[in-house]
Amino acid sequence: MSTIAPVNQPTQPVEPDDGPATTVIKSWKVPVVLGVFTVLGILLLIVFGRSGTSTMALSTSSDLIQLPDVLLPTRETGVVISILLAALTAVSAWMVQTRRKVPVWLIALFGVLLLIGFLVWASADARIPVPGLLFGSLSLAVPLIFGALGGVISERVGVVNVAIEGQLLAGAFTSAVVASVTQQPLLGLLAAMIAGMLVSFVLAAFSIKYFVDQVIVGVVLNVLVTGLTGFLFSQVLAPNAALLNQPPKFERINIPLLSEIPIIGPVFFRQTLIVYIMYIAVAAVYVGIFHTKWGLRLRSVGEHPQAADTVGINVTGTRFWNVSLAGAVAGLGGAYFTLGSVGAFGKEMTAGAGFIALAAVIFGRWDPIRATLAALLFGFASNLQNVLSIIGSPVPSEFMLMLPYLVTIFAVAGLVGQSRGPAASGKPYRKS
Amino acid sequence: MKLELRGITKRFGALVANDDINLTIEEGEIHALLGENGAGKSTLMNVLYGLYRAEEGEILLDDVAQHFAGPGDAMAAGIGMVHQHFMLIPVFTVAENVMLGHEQTTLGGRLDLAAARKRVREISDRFGFSVDPDALVENLPVGVQQRVEIIKALSRDAKVLVFDEPTAVLTPQETDELMNIMRQLKAAGTSIVFITHKLREVREVADRITVIRLGKVVGTAAPTASNEELATLMVGRAVDLTVDKAPATPGAAALVVTGLSVIDPHGQVLVDNVSFDVKVGEILAIAGVQGNGQTELTEALMGLQPRVLGEITLDGTSLCGHSVRQVLDAGVGFVPEDRNRDGLVGGFSIAENLMLDRSNRLPFVKRFTLQLSFLADFARTKVKEFDVRSQGIDTPVGRLSGGNQQKVVLARELSRDLRLFVAAQPTRGLDVGSIEFVHERIVATRDAGTPVIVISTELDEVAALADRIMVMYRGRIIGIVPGDTPRSVLGLMMAGETPAEGVAA
Repeated sequence: MSTIAPVNQPTQPVEPDDGPATTVIKSWKVPVVLGVFTVLGILLLIVFGRSGTSTMALSTSSDLIQLPDVLLPTRETGVVISILLAALTAVSAWMVQTRRKVPVWLIALFGVLLLIGFLVWASADARIPVPGLLFGSLSLAVPLIFGALGGVISERVGVVNVAIEGQLLAGAFTSAVVASVTQQPLLGLLAAMIAGMLVSFVLAAFSIKYFVDQVIVGVVLNVLVTGLTGFLFSQVLAPNAALLNQPPKFERINIPLLSEIPIIGPVFFRQTLIVYIMYIAVAAVYVGIFHTKWGLRLRSVGEHPQAADTVGINVTGTRFWNVSLAGAVAGLGGAYFTLGSVGAFGKEMTAGAGFIALAAVIFGRWDPIRATLAALLFGFASNLQNVLSIIGSPVPSEFMLMLPYLVTIFAVAGLVGQSRGPAASGKPYRKS
Repeated sequence: MKLELRGITKRFGALVANDDINLTIEEGEIHALLGENGAGKSTLMNVLYGLYRAEEGEILLDDVAQHFAGPGDAMAAGIGMVHQHFMLIPVFTVAENVMLGHEQTTLGGRLDLAAARKRVREISDRFGFSVDPDALVENLPVGVQQRVEIIKALSRDAKVLVFDEPTAVLTPQETDELMNIMRQLKAAGTSIVFITHKLREVREVADRITVIRLGKVVGTAAPTASNEELATLMVGRAVDLTVDKAPATPGAAALVVTGLSVIDPHGQVLVDNVSFDVKVGEILAIAGVQGNGQTELTEALMGLQPRVLGEITLDGTSLCGHSVRQVLDAGVGFVPEDRNRDGLVGGFSIAENLMLDRSNRLPFVKRFTLQLSFLADFARTKVKEFDVRSQGIDTPVGRLSGGNQQKVVLARELSRDLRLFVAAQPTRGLDVGSIEFVHERIVATRDAGTPVIVISTELDEVAALADRIMVMYRGRIIGIVPGDTPRSVLGLMMAGETPAEGVAA
């Protein structure tokens, strides 16, 4: 060791000399779960296998480019898929045995195969319109995605947003009324944002200013909005439906060229204005959170508010306004119910979408893009149930109704594992 | 820049944390602020930094009165702070942490990370820090994190830099390096306020010393003052800095640990194949910088760690794979390193805390009911014996000072028949008087024939108590050396270098 200027010695790369080793802990969770699903898959596809031919339609009648239908022999496809499932399970078991980490793509591939197998099985001697299935999935996912974006913003800034459901419902109600009275869907959209924001104001005020438990405020707000909109609906809206509850819906807009791409076009580019706003919102929130000053400050406040405070960031203000923004975004999702899909407000019409959106936030690990993908998955599960009941699948519809929620539970409980949210989310910041 | 504090008074309710404090820091001076834990040093600096608003007094920079509404104003005026608990966001990179709060953006509002990286490299090169601007802060060693804090302050052109207990988390080598950095900064004209309670550091680097006790300035001293003089000023009475301790008379090995490993849920090996023993009537001190496996080792001994390999035996019977209850019943006493989190229930009274680990049997519980009168008698005796200063045995421990809280923990653990006593960071955050008391009790426990393990990151404490010293680094034992091993050797061992004279038993 030299005696002079020890400061100049590089202290940064102290990384692995022969330091503490990492061992992979053998966790049999993944192979066991895959194994269980393989057995279920074999039971369904082979033991209770159906014979016939399954048809997958890839184009709609209005498409410029017509793709031919895909015809699959049901039983044979089931056998092939069962073998593939068993093989993937074996690979995962072998990986755990040799102390390797099972990659996520393997689990994803397993899931996709299982899904294809199920679709083929369910559509024996029937025709599944693939673009229709995906289009419906996106439609059902729109409010979830807006809600999830609101959740991501709010949680990233440090406030747990359980009130997404309330924000959606408030947005749906207000947009219906305002759009009916003014006959302007755009004004309805604006009103939905304001309504969502007002719900957020209450959440923000109680949790940030008065340090009330955020989860409790959120739950109470949901109950409050449900009760309030329900009351106003039956007392005011229902008797005056023509005046107050017949909003003009947004028209579908076909984007030239893009809408003619096979499969993708009909699904993504023949949508209403709200959906296009959603695309922009997802991109904006992603870029905003990770690449702008606003996002850096927002994340710092959600991770370590005291550190943010010591560099001169106003923690309370940042939290308040971003929670409000989150409410406005979620409110847009509410407007989709009335101005985009249903066309009128109905009592408790959000039906738990806010909670599924919350699950998408966690499943998506507080990342706007991943949360969007999670919301799409949940939307797909919901729409699968619709489509299968239309083509007359042998599965009881009550069971199919459980599907989206089952997917949610598995996704959040099983796959998220040890993901880490914003460190200070849910913790009020008290300045001494 | 010259900094002057005039008549600063800060109250928290009835408590006066700062009482009419006057302090002047000249340009290019290292001014040490010396005082015990709770003397009001950090409060004063938080007032200076705009985090707290003082009730009275004013702050002057170059003779101009300042009014800080928040840290932003203080920074704009040229005051920077290196906090005791780093104010860094663990999941951000170095560059992001440095730019936070005064971000530059490119066209279109995107963060200008390139500019921030350049700024980090510039400052880093100027002081020879070699900090990678793209490293995630949570992956950096604490010493480097501290440099990030310094870069952060300097990137805002700080003229006055406050270091709040900067050496608490550093190895002796890193401490020396920090002293050099301070001297470099001083040479560049920065005024430095150095807050600490460690006398040696003050005398080494400070130009002037101001001593604070109970919120008041009680005197100033030159760096030539002796340790005893400074300690007397700081505590308010003459203190004995050494522990009276007869040579150990070790007997047979009581605790034998062989091949112990602790693995965390992510597969990280936190304690790596550790073997040692502790004999009857000796104190084994486990030294090392915080976070090198000491915490996990003690938790493994207590049965608090779920993934443990290897063997632990106490007086011939195995402790491995047993519940905490069984380990306690085997006669292990334990002082956890964070008394507020693991040692006490803050809302419970002193008496209730004294019986926490014996709530399952006689004499405290009889036929499912608490024996309250027995408990009250027991608590009164212990409070007297361990000199716990409070308003009575029904006082919630949360309201006691750190020293008195630690005495409650000690009283509880030492009032059982012990076959092993484990004390983790037993004097962390205590005042000098309480430290003396705790050290005496630990030595007395050893003299009564109990094997004792003391885990400490403070070399002073290790040197004062240990009969043998075991140094841990990255989960491994670097060496087990005699209690009188020189500090410099221990310092090197704590940084991971195996001692030249080999491993003594």
